[in-house]
Amino acid sequence: MNALLVPFQYAFMQRAFVAAIAVGLLCSIMGTYVVLRKLSFIGDGIAHASFAGIVIAYIRGLDYYVGAAIVAVVTALGIGFVHRKGNISLDTTIGVLFTGMFALGVFLMSRLKNYAVDLQSFLFGDILSVGAKDLLFIGVLSAIIGLTVIVLFRGLLYTTFDPVVAQASGLHVETIEYVLLVMLALTIIVALQSVGIILVAALLVTPAAAAYQLTDRFAPMMSLSALLGVTSTVGGLYLSYFLRSSSGATIVLLATILFFSAIGVKHLRSVRFA
Amino acid sequence: MARGDAVVVEHLVVRYDRVVALEDVTVAAHFGEALGIVGPNGSGKSTLLKSIAGLLSPSSGTLDVLGVAPEKVPPGSIAYVPQIETVDWSFPATVWDVVAMGRYPRLHFWQFWKAADRQAVQEALHGVNMYDLRDRHISELSGGQQQRVFVARAIAQAPKLLLLDEPTTGVDAATEEALRQVVRSLVAGGLPVLMTTHDLERVGEWFDRLMVLDRRVLAIGKPDEVVESGAYASIREHTHTHGHARSA
Repeated sequence: MNALLVPFQYAFMQRAFVAAIAVGLLCSIMGTYVVLRKLSFIGDGIAHASFAGIVIAYIRGLDYYVGAAIVAVVTALGIGFVHRKGNISLDTTIGVLFTGMFALGVFLMSRLKNYAVDLQSFLFGDILSVGAKDLLFIGVLSAIIGLTVIVLFRGLLYTTFDPVVAQASGLHVETIEYVLLVMLALTIIVALQSVGIILVAALLVTPAAAAYQLTDRFAPMMSLSALLGVTSTVGGLYLSYFLRSSSGATIVLLATILFFSAIGVKHLRSVRFA
Repeated sequence: MARGDAVVVEHLVVRYDRVVALEDVTVAAHFGEALGIVGPNGSGKSTLLKSIAGLLSPSSGTLDVLGVAPEKVPPGSIAYVPQIETVDWSFPATVWDVVAMGRYPRLHFWQFWKAADRQAVQEALHGVNMYDLRDRHISELSGGQQQRVFVARAIAQAPKLLLLDEPTTGVDAATEEALRQVVRSLVAGGLPVLMTTHDLERVGEWFDRLMVLDRRVLAIGKPDEVVESGAYASIREHTHTHGHARSA
């Protein structure tokens, strides 16, 4: 067999590649909204907050990802609520709630006599351990998020660009914002298993930020972001097999390289047309 | 107040924390009229428009917009053009994209973009002389062109009520004249227009009625008559001193 195709012969690698495609698509599509709404902090925030969910799930003997998902969604809704009702900037609200929830996780864990949560896999992710059940979970969430983006496409675009005028014209800006926050929470949970708490923010920000350098219309930006996102996750996973490196770190490094390449291409273009 | 007015505001009070922005404002705007609102900075002009647009909740008093409370107005009915700095000019959108957003409140998610939507956007762009620049990125526009794009978006929406917040502040003479002609033709078609302004020079050409606002309604009536009244003179000096600063 061709040496370059070797990674695809293992079932665990095949599952990992399917997960990589889904995670790459989801994160980079949602990332378009994250970058344009200047919410880069939210990936880090919700990922860290979900740590409390993992510890609670461990204590209660539940599935870690269900615990993480519940806490992530609750935190996302809490961020929206405190931001609106307290009239506090989203940035500040995210900063307060995410550190608070992360501290709750550490607090609960420190009170356990003997904890055996595999923290390593949550901090750095392990896409190679994705099982058939995880794939089903990823598939269902991807379908829900994908459908929601299609249904709310125009509303999300208008409220991202000009929320005040969108509200005056009768769009439900507040509802759309809550839906977006919940979609982001679910996206982050899906990505958590692949790249971990520390690196999930990169997948949400970097491909969209790279696409932003190269396009000046919204739909092309989202499409290019999706392409760069999938290139990063699939390419990173593939390279990590040969480099014997951490898949999460390789994925994020590849995305970072693509980001700087995009800046380079933008620069070359402006020189040529100057 | 006559029944069937486009906007009926009665005893409206709006407070921000401890600051009173509007104090017992009562006014009605009719269909097919342009109602100008002048007043010094901090006089509550923007607050009045935002309240009518449903963006602010009144502390007390009542608002009736197109026959219902502002939050019950059907999507697409109110077009509001704020002061321009509030959006991110590096947003990935062309002139066409921004004006097309005006159609979004009228489209349900299952409805495709139709020829009628395209035509509405085209006509709105022609109306403000921006059709030739439709493929330009919004960051490449002058201040006057940016303002024209926002007015075009409002027109593309085919609203039942148009609210303009100082559209002529800081724009060139050609833009001001283009906007005036657009507003007059919409008003001639029966649309009610409420517009705030700092520019007191041509109120007779812009408006059917003029209101002087300084947290309360100081005067309202035919522009010429209001101009001759003391209410106008008392704010004139103040307004010219601070004419191009943005009010809250």
